[in-house]
Formats: sequence, structure tokens, C-alpha cells
Amino acid sequence: MTTWLLRRLIQAVFVVLVMTVIVFIGLHVIGDPIDILISPEADQAERARAVAALGLDQPLWKQYGLFLWGGLHGDLGRSFVFNEPALQLIGGRMPATMELAVTAVLLSVVIGIPLGLYAGLNPDSLLGRTTMAGSILGFSLPTFWVGLMLIMVFAVQLGWLPSTGRGETAELFGVQWSFLTRDGLAHMALPALNLSLGNIALVLRLTRAGVRENIHMDYVRFARAKGLSPARVVLVHVMKNILIPVVTIIGLEFGSTIAFSVVTESVFAWPGMGKLIIDSINVLDRPVIVAYLMIIVFLFITINLLVDLLYTVLDPRVRLENRQ
Amino acid sequence: MVVRYQAAMRGAVVAGCLVGAAAMNGAAAQTLTMASSAPITSVDPHYHTFTPNASLDAHLFDSLLDMDAQSRPVAALAESWKLVDERTWELKLRQGVKFHNGAAFTAEDVAYTLDRVPRVPNSPGSFAIYTKPIVGVEIVDPHTIRLRTAGIYPLVPIDLTQVAIIPHGLGKDPATEDFNSGKNAIGTGPFRFVSYKPGDRVEMDRFDGYWGKKPYWQHVSFRIIPNDGARTAALLSGDIGFIEAVPTTDAARLRTDKRVHLAETVSLRIIFLTLDQSRDGPTPFITGPNGEKLDRNPLKDHRVREALSIAINRPAIVERVMEGAAIPAGQFLPPGSYSYAPDLPPPAYDAARAKKLLAEAGFPNGFRITLHGPNDRYVNDAKIIQSIGQMWTRIGVQTSVEGITWSNYIARANKQEFSAYLLGWGSSSGEASNPLRSLVATFDAAKGRGAVNRGRYSNPQLDALIDKAVTTADDAAREKVLQQATKLAMDDVAFIPLHNQKNIWGMRSDLTYIARADEQSRAQDVRPVQ
Repeated sequence: MTTWLLRRLIQAVFVVLVMTVIVFIGLHVIGDPIDILISPEADQAERARAVAALGLDQPLWKQYGLFLWGGLHGDLGRSFVFNEPALQLIGGRMPATMELAVTAVLLSVVIGIPLGLYAGLNPDSLLGRTTMAGSILGFSLPTFWVGLMLIMVFAVQLGWLPSTGRGETAELFGVQWSFLTRDGLAHMALPALNLSLGNIALVLRLTRAGVRENIHMDYVRFARAKGLSPARVVLVHVMKNILIPVVTIIGLEFGSTIAFSVVTESVFAWPGMGKLIIDSINVLDRPVIVAYLMIIVFLFITINLLVDLLYTVLDPRVRLENRQ
Repeated sequence: MVVRYQAAMRGAVVAGCLVGAAAMNGAAAQTLTMASSAPITSVDPHYHTFTPNASLDAHLFDSLLDMDAQSRPVAALAESWKLVDERTWELKLRQGVKFHNGAAFTAEDVAYTLDRVPRVPNSPGSFAIYTKPIVGVEIVDPHTIRLRTAGIYPLVPIDLTQVAIIPHGLGKDPATEDFNSGKNAIGTGPFRFVSYKPGDRVEMDRFDGYWGKKPYWQHVSFRIIPNDGARTAALLSGDIGFIEAVPTTDAARLRTDKRVHLAETVSLRIIFLTLDQSRDGPTPFITGPNGEKLDRNPLKDHRVREALSIAINRPAIVERVMEGAAIPAGQFLPPGSYSYAPDLPPPAYDAARAKKLLAEAGFPNGFRITLHGPNDRYVNDAKIIQSIGQMWTRIGVQTSVEGITWSNYIARANKQEFSAYLLGWGSSSGEASNPLRSLVATFDAAKGRGAVNRGRYSNPQLDALIDKAVTTADDAAREKVLQQATKLAMDDVAFIPLHNQKNIWGMRSDLTYIARADEQSRAQDVRPVQ
């Protein structure tokens, strides 16, 4: 267990280092943030002052060295645009993205698994067929389009839900959350639904495929012959066997929902990390981009770790390390 | 008894709802929710020269002078200003003005502000460009201040419109973070800072001690919605009452929508083409008609530049590509601005003469060129260069077109990597010396001239006229010189003007807005229809 963890950790550090080098070189090749940020009316002297103020007059290797040195001390630099520590900036936006992602993943579990079970057990029923057909739409329609359609229908035409922004928030553990207020929940409904549609479809199809595969296995027949109730056969025995791929996908999807909720966040003007990162890329705000990517790498590694640990719970045959 | 109790309860609930609804209507009627099209980068008014920041600052802070809707300077915290000698401006300050924290506004605050502006740490776009000409500040009495300039510099009042005044009670070097938290966000403006959620919104309340006209709104929620579709949808759904930068594709539809009213005006932003003048030899993106290398840069020839300019059908671009949200341009500024030259109409479309000019210049078969432009910066930028590409090809200049994302594009443009390319310029000062000095004056780091003259156009005669203009104190005389300089630049085709954009705001049908040429969105100028 310890060696396994240690190996994972070393891998993670290596991934982060490679990523920072790529970002540094990549952004340097694209352009210069000063060109974008500075007032076009600034004269040459003012431009030189701004370049020096952001430390961009140093050679790239030196900028990278300074960054690493700062990173070792827990300082990932200050945003060029906002003049705030990059970590603090991202941390401020994180709750908004987190609650959206968690809600979206919860929705996909709560809606996707039961529907998938139903469709798997009753593949020829009308509801089963409709669900399967609908799920194709779920992951083939582009998110930005679905988002705008949701706004058009529920906000503009029907006027049921607000179209944009985060709504009222309440404090819990020193952080502002919108799921604690009615207004906040109303604001969260459309973006969360938009974000979860693809995941619902994915979870649903995986569950259905698993049920179809397992329902004819010997152990199911045996359980039935033993006289177990159909509910117990499906919910305990079949479920246990189909959950491994589902958990893997949910884990991965949770990570990508957090990292790549950019589209949904910009369509719904949701002030989360996704919107911050896209704005930062547009103006080449390097400290924020690097810090964000580091957080995401860390997040994926943690999620994969948790998924691996969950496997051992779900399937006792799985071992974390190969014993020689 | 039970029945009666229920009835009484029902009555109470209904009454409660009615009261609640009335109160909410009252609050809602006095609340304006507005949407900005780009995120603000700070509440600190001296941190970053950036239009969304300027929009927000106009609610919280005042400057000594303000720009009116047509971008002409008008009195604000200064009631009057005059030259006492060639190098000294004397400003009389308004009396009885209070800051949001109750402190009285005096000359001390002006001196404090001018001292802080150039020293804001880590500023990516400093306001020092507006205060730099001021070399000395003298407080005559609490409501009179004198500003000394190194040379004759008539633009001091105009530059001061950009500098928000903060109270001197903030102490030595107030930090940018403390403005964002609200601690230092103290001005004399019509609204008081309540809260700022980065990337989301700024909440403001009306400041009842404001010296000027009382705004209609008790409370303003300044939201940030960069996505065009989402902003329009938010207006249509009624969540937002007032939006800026209505996309041209939606404007036509919104004009016929009864729920919505649009306000528009011609902006100070001009869209133009820059031509490479930095090379006498071959320029990177021009080859002969059959792709052969040329030994000279055709764009150095005045006739070629003129041919390229008159080959563009400006009214067609305005009508088809911009869907009416622009006016054809023949110079930097739109009609009605100070120093607009009335005898310079947009160059008329004339393909036959363009071909003749090309032949005279020694290119009877034209040449090949790549026209570059951004594809995510100006309204319809990529479509504009595509149309121009077709128009140029019609006169024998075979044009390929390349649209590039702004962050990469501007870096390459600054390195003179292109031959012909599209750019835009908003004249914050509302007069011609600003684009003349930055865009067409000879690139000269020592003098701070031509900083964004990316094509490196250079004309000593024009430089002399610009020098003369910025040292002419008399407004009428200076306007003459500026018009003369503009005419010289345009006759020589220093760049190819295309059009002035229109700024379009959308709002609920029961509101009106005084549309501003400088693109700022101000809640105090939004009022219910009388």
C-alpha cells in the first residue's frame, strides 16, 4: 500500500513538472500578455515599465526558475490581470464550480442508474426504448447549444427559471454556497442540468449494458433458483457486478466536469473556475493558467486514487499492488 | 370555529403575500440589473486602463472633468479650468462635495491622487500616461489647484477626464486589494460600493450625498456576462434590465421586439487597415502575380495604397457585414467630434481607377497579398477581412485572408510580421491628436511617439504638424492644425480607414439610455421613459 501510494506521488510530481514546462514554453510562443493588457495609448517607456513590473523582461529560463522557487514556498505567483495571488483567485472561484459539478454528477447518478436499470431489465418496453433513444441525444448534442435552448425555453419563453448568474448565496464553513438558498438553487438548476445531460446518458448506457450482460449469467439464475426476491437479485448481486465500470466513468467524469465546465459556465455566466481559466488564456495570464492546471492535475490524481480504492471495496479480487 | 380560523389564516396569508409583493415591486422598481460584456479586472480606479473598469469607476468615482456622451470634456469635480501661463493650469474645484465616507473633497485629494497614479504596483496598464505631462502640483487654497507641465501641453483637461479622484485619507500607497474588498473603494460618485464578486458582479447603492443629478436607481447590480447569446437571452427573459454590446446579428431582431428598446450612437472606435511601411525591400506577405518574389515593397508606393483604399466598397461592408451597426469612415473620428475634418469624406469606391493606379505604379497585373486580421476582437472582424479580400481580388490583387486569435495576432503585429492587417482604435480623448500621436507619428521611443504605429509609417511633414498641434494652446487654432494633419495623413494614405463602429445598448422597453460614444455603460444615465 505504501509503495503504491509513493509511486503514485512521484508520478504526480513528474506530471506537474512536465506540465509547467509545457505551459511556460507554450504561452511564451503564443504571445506577450503586455501586448494585450496595456492601454494602446501607452508610449514606449510606459510599456517597458509594465514589462519590467510583471517580470517579463527576464529570460524565460530565469522566469521559470523564479516560479519554481516560489512554488516550493507555496507561492504560485500573482495574476498579471488581477494582481492577486493566483491560488487565492482560483480558490475564490472553486466553490461555485464544485457545487455545480457535484450537483451534475449527483443528477447523473440519481437519474442515470435507475433509468439504466429499468432499460436493462425491460429492453423492449416503450420507456426502455425511449430512454435509449433519448440518451443518444444526451451525449451527441453540443453543450453550448443545449444550454442556449434551455435558456430560451425555461427562462425566456416560460419564465420559470433565471437565465444567468449565480443567485443568492449563504455561508457554510466560511465559504459562500448557493445550494443553501432557494434563489441559489433556482439559478443552479439549468446549468447543473446542462452539465449533467451528457453524464446521465453515459451512466445510463453503461448501466443498461451491464444489466443486459449480467442478467443471463449463471449466478443470477442460481440466485433466482435459491428463491431470492427479484429486487435483491438486481439491487445487490447484479449491481455489485456492474458498478466497477460505472464508478470508473463517474470518477473520470467528475474530474472533467470540474476541469472543463468552461462552456456551461460561460453560457450561464456562472462565476466558476472554468470561466476564469478561459478569460486567463485569452489574455495569457500565465500564473493563473499554471496554477489552475496544477490544481486540475492534482484533482485527477486524487480522483483516480479514490476510484482505485473504491475498486477494492466493490470487488475483493482487486489488489492494489502485484505481490510477487 | 375551525373554519373561521382557516379563513382568517387564509386572509392573513393573502394579505402577507400582497404586502410582500408590493414591497418587492417597490424594491425591484428601484433596482437596475445591468450586464457588462467583459469582466472587470479591479475596483481600483488606477490599476488598469480598460473600458469595463472605466464603466464601473464612473459609478463610484468622479474625475476633475468628465466626458459627455459625445466625448467632449465637461465640468465635474472641477468647476472651471484655465491656463494662467503657458505651462500652468489652474482649476477651481467644486465646493460642498462629499466622499462616500463623509470626508469633504478638497485640493488635497487631487494632489494625493496625482501622486498615487504612477506608483500603483504591478499595474498592467498604468494611468500614468495621463498624468505624466504634469510635473508640478501646487495647492493654492482648498478649492484651487495649479498643475504645471514641462512644455506647453493643452491636453491636460482632457487627460484629467480619465483620472478618478480618491480621498487622501486612504493613507500612503493604498493597496489594490483593499479596493476590491471595498475598504478603499471610496469616491464621490453617484453610487456607493457594496460588494464585489470577481467574475460575477458588483453591487452598489445610491449615494444620497451625491453633488450631481440624483440617479433614479436605489440599487444597481453590475453583472458580468461576456457570452453574447447569454446576455441577449438574459435581457429577453427579464433577468437583466440593461445590457451593453448588443451583437449586430441580434440587433435587427431586437429592434422589432416590443419588450426591448435599443439605444445606439456612433463610437470613437475606428476600424482600419495598416500597411507595412517598415520595409523598402520585399514585405513578407506580398509576391508577384504568379507567386514570384518581388524586389520591392509595393505598399511604399502611394498609388498602390490609394488603389487598395478605393477598391474597398465601404457602404457595402457597413450594410452587409456590419448590418448597419457602423458608418463608413474617411478619417479617425466620426462627424461631430472636435477636430473632425469636414472636407474628408470616406474614399469613394472606384474599381476602375484603382486598376489604373496599380498599372501606373508598375503592377498592371496586380500582385498576391495575404490580409491578416483578428477573429475574436472587433465586431465581425473576420468577416470584414473576407469581404475586403474579395474586393481586392476584383482589381487584380489576389488576396488570401487569415484570421488569427487576438493574443497571438497582436504579438505578431507588434513585431511587424504582417504586410496588410486589420486593427481598431478608440480615441479616448475624443479628438485627433490622440490617434495622430499614437498611430501615424514616426515611431520614436525617446519622444514617446508612434508607440502603436505598427506599420512604421513615417512622414516628417506630418510629425511637424503634430508637434505644432500639441503645443498650440488655443482650442480653435489647434483644431485647425489637427484637421490639417489629419488631411495630410489621409491624402498620403498613412492607413486605410474602414468604418466607425456603433455602440448598441439594449434595455427593457420602459427605459431609456443616453448612448455614449466612449462605450461606457452608466446606470445613472438609465432612466424610466417619462
